[in-house]
Amino acid sequence: MPTLSLLAFLALWQGLAIYLNSNTLPTPIAVAKVFWQGCVSGQLPFHLGVTLLRLIVSFAIAMLLGCAIGIVLGRNKKLDAFFDNWLVIFLNVPALVTIILCYVWFGLVESAAILAVVINKLPNVIVTIREGTRALDQDLLDMARCYRFSKRKTLVHVIWPQLHPFVMGATRSGLALIWKIILVVELLGRSNGMGYQLHLFFQLFDVASILAYTVAFVAVIQLIELLILKPLDKKALRWRR
Amino acid sequence: MTDIQINISNKTYPTATKPSIEDLKLSLNSNEFTCLVGPSGCGKTTLLNIIAGLDNDYDGDILVGERHTHPKIGYIFQNPRLLPWRTVRENIELALDGNQSPEVIDELLEVMQLTAAQHVYPERLSLGMSRRVAIIRAFAVDPEVLLMDEPFVSLDAPTARQVRELLLKLWQQRPHTVLFVTHDLREAIALADRLIFLSASPMRVVSEVIVPIARNERGNELAIESFRQQLLKNHPEIKPLL
Repeated sequence: MPTLSLLAFLALWQGLAIYLNSNTLPTPIAVAKVFWQGCVSGQLPFHLGVTLLRLIVSFAIAMLLGCAIGIVLGRNKKLDAFFDNWLVIFLNVPALVTIILCYVWFGLVESAAILAVVINKLPNVIVTIREGTRALDQDLLDMARCYRFSKRKTLVHVIWPQLHPFVMGATRSGLALIWKIILVVELLGRSNGMGYQLHLFFQLFDVASILAYTVAFVAVIQLIELLILKPLDKKALRWRR
Repeated sequence: MTDIQINISNKTYPTATKPSIEDLKLSLNSNEFTCLVGPSGCGKTTLLNIIAGLDNDYDGDILVGERHTHPKIGYIFQNPRLLPWRTVRENIELALDGNQSPEVIDELLEVMQLTAAQHVYPERLSLGMSRRVAIIRAFAVDPEVLLMDEPFVSLDAPTARQVRELLLKLWQQRPHTVLFVTHDLREAIALADRLIFLSASPMRVVSEVIVPIARNERGNELAIESFRQQLLKNHPEIKPLL
């Protein structure tokens, strides 16, 4: 069924492109040609790789920090009350503002780009994990205390499995959000990466290249879902009927 | 094994106007099976949580032998509280602190007739089987006191009887100090060496009775019923508590 829906989409796209006969909507075949040329020249893999590297680094930092802070806030009411307003504020600061401020304050450097992405994603992870921590089963935590589980044992065997759905939710929404922010970060202040390239193609009005790069990135995200996230889900939820 | 003294002068919940527990003194003799019998809501679970160290907001003292400390416990809750993402065996292993040998688990699984289910996840177990796993986990840690909070509640009568018999078999093989909470007098007589009757609001000891029925007669329902009748006749003060 997914293959059928993909084929139907491609057919619709091809038909529409032929009907319009315009540079603003190239056919899937034209996009595939540009994609192939980009691969052969090495330009597409290079810029895709740079963007992916930024994605992995900023995603890892945001998830690690977000999980730790989210668990602490979910377990400590006083700290949660202290930081709650700040969390709401950071959740609502526009991504563009953070990016511009990071570049203004720290310069057009790699660390400023990563920091801008992390600041945008972090509140999102904290809120998701905090909600998960608040929903932890107190009966199981009491059981762990009665049987004198160490802190590590409680975290690994009692808390983490309960947080799994929340972590996976934060991961999926995080990947989707982060790569969109990274493109803006690259567009505004980097000289490589997908965002930089898209900006270039926009100035040249090269829609075929824009679509080819987009397809490449979407394909990579799909592969991450298929090869990493789904197997992780399957392993973590094998105890369910 | 060590005798345990429990003295709770006052336990009042923050939102309550009067204490839940007041001037309660209990002694648990080593390897004795003690049943606490009292009406629903009288604070029996609160008492077990205090002994377990889950509730530290009270005035009083717990003495384990000469030590002023909470005893090492095995707790069988009303709900089995197994980790659903760990198998039966892993649930038991996780409770161990490394001083017990893995063979102990094999022996306990065999007595409780769960050897075949040891690699199964709790979701696939019946409620009776889950309760048996919780019993094994509690015995496996070799506790100073076993706390049992109405562990047979919500089981149908034949399953409750089967689990009760298995529990007694296990306890006779591995004697431990037990504090068992129930509001079912027949169940208490079938299990206990000593019955302690508790009042509600605040919880106090009303009466203590030694059960004279021999261990090999505890399956005899006539003997249980006859003692129950005798108990109610000789101790009229316990009638309002049941």
